[in-house]
Amino acid sequence: MSIGSVSLDRAGRPDAVLNADALRADARRQALGLLALLSPGLFLVFAVIIVPIGWLFWLSLFDQTGQLSLANYARFFEQASYIRTFATTFKVAFAVTGASVLFGYPLAYMLSQLPRRAASICLIFVILPFWTSVLVRTYAWLVILQRRGLVNSWLIDLGVIGQPLPLANNFAGVVIGMTHIMLPFLVLPLYASMKTIDVDCLRAGMNLGASPAATFRQIFFPLSQPGLASGVVIVFVLCLGFFVTPALMGGGKVIMWAMRIEQATSLYSNWGAGAALGVVLLAVTLALLGLFQWLLGARATGVWSSR
Amino acid sequence: MSTESSLPISHWQRLWLYLLGGLVMLFLIAPSVIIVIMSFSGSTLLQFPPQQWSLRWYESYFGSVEWRDATIVSIKVAVMTAIVATPLGTAAAYAINAGTLRLTGAINALLTASLIIPVILIGIGTFFLYARIGLNNTLTGLVIAHTVQALPLVVLTVLSGLRSYDMNQEMVARSLGAGRFPAFFQVTMPQLRFSIVSGALFAFITSFDEVVVSLFISGGETTTLTRRMFNALRDQIDPTIAAISTCLIVLSIVLLSAAQLFGRGR
Amino acid sequence: MLLSLAPSALPIGIHGIEKRFGAVSILSDLSLDVAAGEFLTLLGPSGSGKTTLLMILAGFVRANAGSVKVGGEEIITMPPHKRNIGMVFQNYALFPHMNVFHNVAFPLKQRRVSAADTRERVAKALDLVRLQGLGERRVDQLSGGQRQRVALARAIVFEPRIVLMDEPLSALDKGLREHMQIELRTLHRRLGMTTVYVTHDQREAITMSDRIAVMNAGRIEQIDQPEALYARPKTKFVAGFIGESNFIPVECRNGSVWYEDRKLRMNDPAPSAGRHLMVVRPETLRLVTDAEQAGALNMLPAIVGDVIYQGDSFICYATLQDGRQVTLRDYCRSDVLAKLPAPGEPITLGIDAQDIVLVADQ
Repeated sequence: MSIGSVSLDRAGRPDAVLNADALRADARRQALGLLALLSPGLFLVFAVIIVPIGWLFWLSLFDQTGQLSLANYARFFEQASYIRTFATTFKVAFAVTGASVLFGYPLAYMLSQLPRRAASICLIFVILPFWTSVLVRTYAWLVILQRRGLVNSWLIDLGVIGQPLPLANNFAGVVIGMTHIMLPFLVLPLYASMKTIDVDCLRAGMNLGASPAATFRQIFFPLSQPGLASGVVIVFVLCLGFFVTPALMGGGKVIMWAMRIEQATSLYSNWGAGAALGVVLLAVTLALLGLFQWLLGARATGVWSSR
Repeated sequence: MSTESSLPISHWQRLWLYLLGGLVMLFLIAPSVIIVIMSFSGSTLLQFPPQQWSLRWYESYFGSVEWRDATIVSIKVAVMTAIVATPLGTAAAYAINAGTLRLTGAINALLTASLIIPVILIGIGTFFLYARIGLNNTLTGLVIAHTVQALPLVVLTVLSGLRSYDMNQEMVARSLGAGRFPAFFQVTMPQLRFSIVSGALFAFITSFDEVVVSLFISGGETTTLTRRMFNALRDQIDPTIAAISTCLIVLSIVLLSAAQLFGRGR
Repeated sequence: MLLSLAPSALPIGIHGIEKRFGAVSILSDLSLDVAAGEFLTLLGPSGSGKTTLLMILAGFVRANAGSVKVGGEEIITMPPHKRNIGMVFQNYALFPHMNVFHNVAFPLKQRRVSAADTRERVAKALDLVRLQGLGERRVDQLSGGQRQRVALARAIVFEPRIVLMDEPLSALDKGLREHMQIELRTLHRRLGMTTVYVTHDQREAITMSDRIAVMNAGRIEQIDQPEALYARPKTKFVAGFIGESNFIPVECRNGSVWYEDRKLRMNDPAPSAGRHLMVVRPETLRLVTDAEQAGALNMLPAIVGDVIYQGDSFICYATLQDGRQVTLRDYCRSDVLAKLPAPGEPITLGIDAQDIVLVADQ
């Protein structure tokens, strides 16, 4: 039984709708206010990213004579140089992602096991390069790896080799340089997710008689997989569209997807071809992120906030 | 958290892990260290450690009008980007955090789009757009493009600050007679200042280090430092770049420590 | 006089409030009148909608429909900062970047009160909550109780028309909480502001309130003075939520009330025919030992399950004829103590006719 019984106001309307319109108007006003706060940012993103990309997509549907056609896309299957570019891009992406996991996982694991203070000091080694210009780091690797660079001159001085090793301006150089740039993108989300693994879980495992190695294999590693997966996806996706390092360290021999886009537009002014490449790159990127989100139900964009 | 050294594994058993981790850390930090040392070399040859020391590459950097102009352009653009992106990103983060809007997910995705979309695509897209509206090779064009790229970082940084902030405080301020804006400026913002300043620093450094989009839309009098460096690196390896790189590394260290110190001193 | 609100205290009229989140109804057609100067408590379990109602009064949650009038003025669409309502939050929400003085002066600053006036009024408010001289303290240097007082001083310093409090004492430990209950009550008597107080603690509600509105599932079950609420609950929920109750099923036929085959005497008029629940508080049940005592009482035979001695009182668990367990509590007077039954012993339980309350059996 309730105190609030239905009564009628002076206009004879039931109370249930009293002020409902005014309240709805108030809600709308507040929503508009919040939208106003968002609108400058949204407008910029819309104008500078969404509109041009839409425009490029439209362009990609026309051939060089201005006819509506899929020629720009058909080229990818017909011309060997495009197929080679895609193959190179995926080869580099796989190699860099693999190397990042190989180096990044032990580092993240070590960081997660260190006492707080030590971990935060060691973390500087990850964060500082992360915030150092990609150009600076690429330049450093050029200095270190090129024909008469540091590594080669040391090895020759030590008498280990007679001829300089081809370390820069080739596939190996690109992979080394890019691994250096991508490592933090793997280590940071991985470390963040490893920190959330309950130590009690591991201790319980060891108390139940599992060896440290077995505890790691059966408990820690499976628990760290979501963080690892998000790191891997980020690194792989970034590799696919990466430009600076392959352009500077590939020596013209390692042509990746992004470089192809740059060549098509800057060198040949073939916007249709460049745009088509860009559209496919974006589609592959979004498809991979979508697949990842679908498989793991994880926030593919959430991991970015670890930056 | 008291999870420290809580597993019954001794540090000796873990030695291999520390060695491996240490090597990866060395891999990460060595290039920067080498560049800093090389920048003080007295010779044009790439020798490490250098045989003689000098400041000639710094003189060559600061003495060159072209390098100096490019640096000034980059600083101008980065400062403007921070000034524009910080309030826009803060306002957007506030609105997202209020969370009463429908489509919050879509808005989030749109605002952080520039983190996911390949930069090269943003580069040719902005170049294509700017060609139509005459913004190529202008400071305004650079600031707008960099703002779009810095925006997600400001939004995410401020948003994480807002998530750990007790919104009851703003509510109480409003019930005590402050309107939405006075309540934000008097109560919320002073407590978010660490996040907002961090966001601004991230915006600055994002703009200052940006290469790919600048490659397309800057040129002539508005050539940015990174564009000039990129072109120089394509041609030959000039040790002047080691001096410039050292300055950039120092800038990163200064900005990161500023963000850290500001966080601790609140 | 400064900070004497009694003459300007205003009544609140809440009418037909509807609140839905999506398809879920939080408050449905809720109406409630709070008299000027009254201390009214919204009491209910979590999820009953009491905090939502408070937030609607403060203006932080928007109702889907309804009316809130303060002294006859409609405020339902008024922004919070124009409502002139003092609010105390559960976690106090003091501003950590300001000292005590600036926290309390905050509402005055918004109203552009002069510096001299501000100093005087803040000092008076701090005096009222017995924090005189602590103005320069930083918020993180205060104890929980002191923070509570600062939040209170901040909510009353601008002489609001209404004060709202959302479980303001729940973060304090038990001793301090009981102390603050008395203090809040005294302060309310002194200042006389209309107060709406939210709590889930029935004891706190009974201690402090002029009236209590018991809320359940978005509705007000009963609104009454604490004594009436305890003695004459109108629903099973109220009887169960406030104090302990034995529920004994009874039937009403031919204008009288029957438990099994016993006709019960009661003072209230018999309700409509059908099944009801008799609400019996443990302390109104009596152990009937003498025949002469029994005269005016309704008698229920039972078997003792267990007797628990608690020093000042004892609890007796017994099983009625229908197998239902009831609880009896009485003080350990020597005459009672001498005749305490043993487990398994048959006894007779007595209920005074005036203590019988019937509620609907939902």
